Amino acid sequence: MTTKTPEVSPEARFAPRATPETQPYWDATAAGRLDLPRCRPCDQVFFYPRSSCPQCGSIDLEWVTCSGKGLLHTYVVSHRPAPGFPVPTVIAVVELEEGPRMMTNLVDADPETLELDMPVEVRFEQRTGAAVPVFAPVPENAGKEVAR
Amino acid sequence: MSREVVIMGAAETDIGKLPTTSTLELHVEGARRALADANLSKDQVDGIASVSVPGPIQVSHALGITPTYVDGTGVGGSSFLFHVRHATAAIKAGYADVVLITHGESGRSRVGAPPYPRANDSVMAQFEMPYGIVGPPTSFTVPARRFLHETDNTLEQLAEVAVAQRRWASRNPRAMFRDEVTVDDVLGAKMIADPFTLLMCCLVTDGGGALVVASREFAEAHGSDKPLVHILGTGEAATTPLISQMEDMTRCKQFTLSSQAAFKESGTSPADIDHLMIYDAFAHVPLYGLEDMGFVGRGESGAFVADGHTSPGGRLPMNTNGGGMSYTHTGMYGMFAIQESVRQLRGEAAAQVDDVSTSLVLGNGGMFMSAATLILANQP
Ligand SMILES: [Zn+2]
Repeated sequence: MTTKTPEVSPEARFAPRATPETQPYWDATAAGRLDLPRCRPCDQVFFYPRSSCPQCGSIDLEWVTCSGKGLLHTYVVSHRPAPGFPVPTVIAVVELEEGPRMMTNLVDADPETLELDMPVEVRFEQRTGAAVPVFAPVPENAGKEVAR
Repeated sequence: MSREVVIMGAAETDIGKLPTTSTLELHVEGARRALADANLSKDQVDGIASVSVPGPIQVSHALGITPTYVDGTGVGGSSFLFHVRHATAAIKAGYADVVLITHGESGRSRVGAPPYPRANDSVMAQFEMPYGIVGPPTSFTVPARRFLHETDNTLEQLAEVAVAQRRWASRNPRAMFRDEVTVDDVLGAKMIADPFTLLMCCLVTDGGGALVVASREFAEAHGSDKPLVHILGTGEAATTPLISQMEDMTRCKQFTLSSQAAFKESGTSPADIDHLMIYDAFAHVPLYGLEDMGFVGRGESGAFVADGHTSPGGRLPMNTNGGGMSYTHTGMYGMFAIQESVRQLRGEAAAQVDDVSTSLVLGNGGMFMSAATLILANQP
């Protein structure tokens, strides 16, 4: 049996298409921002974008720009190549600083050195017609530099 | 005065690799066998339930049945447990006397089956598929690392689930994989989605099966001499279509909700259950099920399995056909879990357990998306 090396190219990867209620999310990622809806009555930011608050049902929502910072909540290291993805690929759930969790990839990271709850930050990966948010580990001294 | 409801017929088709049998034909063949098992003719059936593909109308028309009760609930692999629950309610309400529930899926050979959906604007396509997810092995597995981290369960104990179930499969001539394995074999198998190796994932097969659900009164007046399986309690629940949106990645809320409803309705508790089927799409799912339904305490499921309590000779025999990881998994395993409970309660299972009078089936649909629980017994 021969092992096929997949074409590793973000452009070749699965590209999502927005629906009217998610269009602002994808417009923001194209501009390099991670925007999510916030419920005014609850003061909760939620994922994924919907037309009403999943907690209280209110339609009194606004879009907020997230910090892009979060923690690695859980992950698997996939050895099954999807078209355009490297082997292995880290498929992860990140808990955003604002509260909600989202599925993503962890990039620029050695799968052997990952630890749950390590700090990560958002990046945007270009696909055909969309920019997809992925996350990378925050360099260890990054926080200290900010603190100084 | 509520009518008692029973499973009066249950049968599977051949399973495994069936490249010359279509999806529809698997439903039809399962239905014919289940009707024969119940000693009924198709004309005695007034209710039909099946998932959306090929759908209850194609199945009933192919069989020559004109149903006056139809259920097309399609919520993943647990759909057939939902069908049993809905049929029970319909029969109690007088909407139907005999409901035929069918499953068939050409999961491996893909004969007469639609291609996997690739819409790129669904919620799943927008928020999960862009990350290199290749079906359930790379999404259903994602919560497990958090589960192991927050509980006392270990990776070796995760492997023990596959080991325990293979012990049962080795006693079942119909199981696809029958050689016993060790923890080292499981951990050393081909890596799929670290920490999940091939032996911690379900297999993919073709197959089908069907159930005949009826009022006890009807079954006693018209059926075969096979023992009746009594439906004591049922429950259902659903949470999120996206696994990343589970409220808590270390617990499956619908396992708890659906089992609590079934325990309450049946007046039983985990201590009353002799035999257990937990839909094991992947090795971690039975661990969630054992904990979320209250069979063991938080973090105790791995040791419970590793100590042999779910294995042959153990005090809570679980997944006694070999489960979705060793017996068969067409893509929607729930029908096969129910079938094994029926066989155990009738005393006709390949790996028969002594003195089974109550059996619980926990079905899972999608990736921790939906669940239903059935509590079945050989006495009313
Ligand atoms: Zn709200």
